Amino acid sequence: MLEIDRINVSYGDLQALWDISFKAEEKEIVALIGPNGAGKTTTLKTITGLLRSFAGEIRFEGQAMEKVPIHKRVEMGISLVPEGRGLFPGMSVLENLELGAFTAKGRSCKEETLEQVYELFPILKNRKKQAAGTLSGGEQQMLAIGRGLMSKPKLLLFDEPSWGLSPLLSKVIYEVINQINHSGVTILLIEQNVRIALELANRAYVVENGRIVKQGDSRNMLNDQHIREAYLGTESV
Amino acid sequence: MSLQVFAQSLIFGIFVGGLYGLAAVGLSLVFGVMKMLNVAHGELLMLGGYVTFWFFSLYHIDPFLSLLPSAFVLFLIGMGLYKGLFSPLAKLHEEVKIKNSLLIGFGLSLVFHNLAIRLWTADERSVTVFYSGWGFSLFGLRFPIIRLAGLVLATIVILALQQFLTKTYFGKAIRATTENWESAALMGINIEKTSMISFALGATLAAMAGTIVSVGYAIHPAMGLEWTLKALIVVVLAGLGNIGGAFVAGVLLGAVESVSTLFVGPYMEVVGLVIFLLVLELRPQGLFGKRIGEGG
Repeated sequence: MLEIDRINVSYGDLQALWDISFKAEEKEIVALIGPNGAGKTTTLKTITGLLRSFAGEIRFEGQAMEKVPIHKRVEMGISLVPEGRGLFPGMSVLENLELGAFTAKGRSCKEETLEQVYELFPILKNRKKQAAGTLSGGEQQMLAIGRGLMSKPKLLLFDEPSWGLSPLLSKVIYEVINQINHSGVTILLIEQNVRIALELANRAYVVENGRIVKQGDSRNMLNDQHIREAYLGTESV
Repeated sequence: MSLQVFAQSLIFGIFVGGLYGLAAVGLSLVFGVMKMLNVAHGELLMLGGYVTFWFFSLYHIDPFLSLLPSAFVLFLIGMGLYKGLFSPLAKLHEEVKIKNSLLIGFGLSLVFHNLAIRLWTADERSVTVFYSGWGFSLFGLRFPIIRLAGLVLATIVILALQQFLTKTYFGKAIRATTENWESAALMGINIEKTSMISFALGATLAAMAGTIVSVGYAIHPAMGLEWTLKALIVVVLAGLGNIGGAFVAGVLLGAVESVSTLFVGPYMEVVGLVIFLLVLELRPQGLFGKRIGEGG
């Protein structure tokens, strides 16, 4: 469904991604793990079109994305729940959700999707008139996810969905991500909590210094010595 | 000084303040969406006034009727200016962008200023209609009908704009882009198109203010900078992106300036600037601005 073929991205003179290649098949959950500054967020931003690669190719459902502007990519079915949520803090919860359904596709079934989002996160319905900036951290993350779903995406990208949340809330969020995946949405995920990410994902890629250094089945990754030492903080047995 | 003189100044101040508000709303809209300060905003207002003046002197169209056509002309000019001059800046880094937009704005204001002298001479012009002198008195205070109509019109336009921004999908897209353009783009909003329409809307609002100025007051080629300054003061007073607040702040500035003429005479301009500095120093988010963080 999504194929990333040797993309290179730089910020001015500083190259952030070097020949990154990976793919996500339909209905998979794929995780990108790695230390801060490795290039994970840059990768997601390049997939959405917020950043451009100077070499390499991104294909979504077989179509080259090079010339497709950001807003068209949303229409095609790519949605990002960004790092730090990226809400519209001065606008109401309902307005944030409505904006999620800005595309023609999203607008055509807005009411229906809205009901589904409220079912997933009933608290958002109670708070729909409240300004998004006044929500608690957990509620803001729920809103960000709900907003991401409003465009009826085929591929949903998550950038640190458990950022700033308690372990309990993180668990809730991860159950929801699993649920979304079961409803047929492909998931590409960045997560600091490597254990959770690997338990949730089918496959994972390790990004270090802007390069993919390891890839494979996430269950195998959990037992990988390098991963255990560098990311899970446990010695291999 | 009698109470009556004071009250009369206050009323005239409120009339002109409504126009400050209208001018400021356009500037605020453009800055909010594009993060560019259009210092030629006052010149767009001046052009709007002259277009109305032309409609009146060439075709004898009543200024209140030509309000919408003039506004439309400036809408088109605004789109052209955005496409030709401001759009190439959109992709630049924030700081470089605002500096370049200032240069373009100052350049534009010089061009429009001189163009206006060429087309209409440096004389003060004003649209004088048959009802120009009409008015009524209440409690011994004078209410000129045209200035009153100007204030009412400015109020209606601002209320309509507020409805547009809160009720329509496109209006919400404008607000979303103002709050966080990256997220807005991720919603599928076409930032380029939104910026262009916002810029053109800013020009439209300036033109409406200019039209009212041309009939209730007077227009001249050098008026642009003065109006840009007023709009800027009001925007700072109100807090960025606060439409309703801009109107109230405009009325406030108009009233304070007008009343202060009684005490400091020609130095009333200074009063506005002193308020500007005080607000920047003590309440940088503006008088009515809220501080909402993303929490978390």
